[in-house]
Amino acid sequence: MSHTPHTHVIVPRSGWAPVELGELWEYRELLYLLVWREVKIRYKQTVLGVAWAVLQPVLTMVVFSVFFGQLGGLPSDGYPYPIFAYCALLPWQLFAFGVGQASESIVLNQRMITKVYFPRVIMPMASVAVGLVDFAIAFLVLLLLMAWYRVAPSPAILAVPVLTLIVTAAALGTGLWLSALNVTYRDVRHAVPFLIQVWFFATPVAYATSSVPPAWRVVYALANPMVGVIDSFRWAILGAGGPPPAALGVSVLAIAAMLVSGLFYFRRMERRFADVV
Amino acid sequence: MPSAIVVERLGKRYRLGEREPYGALRDSIARAARAPWRLARRIGRRETSASEPWVAALDDVSFDVGEGEVVGIIGRNGSGKSTLLKILSRITEPSSGRAEVRGRVGSLLEVGTGFHPELTGRENVFVNGAILGMRRREIARRFDEIIDFADVDRFVDTPVKHYSSGMQMRLAFAVAAHLEPEILLVDEVLAVGDIEFQKKCLGKIGAVSRDGRTVLLVSHQMNQLRRLCRRCVWLEAGRVHEIGPGGETLAHYERALLAPDATAVAGRVFRQWQLAEGGHIVRTVDGPVAVDLRLALAEPISRGHLGVSIYSEREELVAGWAFEPLDLEAGTRDVRITLASLPLRPGSYRLVFSLFDRGNNMTGGALVEQWAALPPLALDVPPLSHPQDHWAGVLNVSAELALADEAGAAVPIVSTSA
Repeated sequence: MSHTPHTHVIVPRSGWAPVELGELWEYRELLYLLVWREVKIRYKQTVLGVAWAVLQPVLTMVVFSVFFGQLGGLPSDGYPYPIFAYCALLPWQLFAFGVGQASESIVLNQRMITKVYFPRVIMPMASVAVGLVDFAIAFLVLLLLMAWYRVAPSPAILAVPVLTLIVTAAALGTGLWLSALNVTYRDVRHAVPFLIQVWFFATPVAYATSSVPPAWRVVYALANPMVGVIDSFRWAILGAGGPPPAALGVSVLAIAAMLVSGLFYFRRMERRFADVV
Repeated sequence: MPSAIVVERLGKRYRLGEREPYGALRDSIARAARAPWRLARRIGRRETSASEPWVAALDDVSFDVGEGEVVGIIGRNGSGKSTLLKILSRITEPSSGRAEVRGRVGSLLEVGTGFHPELTGRENVFVNGAILGMRRREIARRFDEIIDFADVDRFVDTPVKHYSSGMQMRLAFAVAAHLEPEILLVDEVLAVGDIEFQKKCLGKIGAVSRDGRTVLLVSHQMNQLRRLCRRCVWLEAGRVHEIGPGGETLAHYERALLAPDATAVAGRVFRQWQLAEGGHIVRTVDGPVAVDLRLALAEPISRGHLGVSIYSEREELVAGWAFEPLDLEAGTRDVRITLASLPLRPGSYRLVFSLFDRGNNMTGGALVEQWAALPPLALDVPPLSHPQDHWAGVLNVSAELALADEAGAAVPIVSTSA
């Protein structure tokens, strides 16, 4: 169809179409710059600056340790509760942040959407990727924490990059759906914080999966793809609970389905973004 | 000459309902309660319910642009010019027809897209450049040139929130001007900045076309178009009205704008305007200046408000007046507004009218229509203030200086003794 590499035929599209990966690759610098811009702006005009990336998970961990660990006495599979909570908080916050930011990404950048062309999917991708920077910083704190509690990392810690990729994919998949829906239905904006909160309680972040009645564990892992991922994070970092291959497998399948369907749905809706947003 | 852009029977329709920016899920759910399957279908579908009427923003538009040609797009507000550019730059999709664009496209529908006040000039140049489709290496290579063009070199590392709006505009335009696409789509952005900067931008566009690159230009500024465009496409209500050599088509368009009632767009209240002495160019520094406009009202106005404002090319409000309360019967009415004087610097100004029914914008009146007069109001008068544009300001008022000695006797301003 094309005469030169840069010939574009503009016709009305109909039906479902996959994301054009080649084009996405062409725009990789824009993705990089948008992430960089977000990271730069995020802690401008804050006194503590990038320390917030550390403080947020650390303070959450402290609150959890006091309320769930001490007062609630939640079991933590024999590990010190702070570190038990923290190594689940890291992926959870990456996920929650990514979903929250990605779902707003199209609406908040409507000026760009209506004035410039670029593959729209870059917006939610950039939002999720910004969370990776915080994740990396917070991960360094985890290493300090492990040294402090004298928890030796198991070789399984090498699985962390792969697991992080899975969390990122989960956040992007969910974020793609929500950001596209948000363009047409601004209800999404109000529903997302609530969704994330409920999802948080349905995920073993503050508690262990072993606290869930055994009869319910299968349903639990099937219904919530984050269960397998978060458990695997604990396993990779602490060796806690043994590897959960079945649960992780379910998670990966569900997340892949979410991501692929999200990409298709986003692609289908994106042609209207500039008209509706 | 091979074609750079081929447009064939292009059309774009909107549902009237889509003019409302977004729906509420509640409505969909309410509908779904009646027909549960429909919500699921609706969420996946791109169009809303079938009952709402369609509006055609573009209808059966066809034309060709040769490689290296500079083509102007003219037409009144709402004639589809911007929609056309948005389709060609792939921001939005057509509903019918096709277009082929051969070459790397740079589109300038707005300057400064993605500028962030917290980022420095340098950082914004890189982000904005990437948004416009430039590579990082390319931006880095041309960075000094860009900063030089914008004339902000001392502030490169200052957050742009500390820039004046003029500086921000210049920087934003400078990035855009250094795009090196094979095809450049420009929407009315040349109307920014002071006259000197505008000249610089025009020169830049001229240079772009001399390099053999293709430019599609939307503008209301006839002189700009006359100077730059070999051909013009005149759109009227979403359709091509005329395509032809630049000067000729522009002349037809201008004549149509001035012809009585030809400016009438169905349903529009404001029909046309001109100066009482004819034309749209004020040539005298001393008033009065009488502006005539014709209204065609479908409904009467009672205790309404007619607002008149004048904006400079920099979009600064220069002056405004309110005429209220005001009663108007339905039908055609000629209105004359007489300004005692209009001591403004020479240049082009935007006259904006707004008409409210039952009150004004503060008292909950209903806006009947707001309208920017076309062609713009031009002041072709001798400049009386500071010779340098930068120091002249907006007012065009002559001033005199006198000297006197202690005794009050007049002293010549320039000594004659030497």
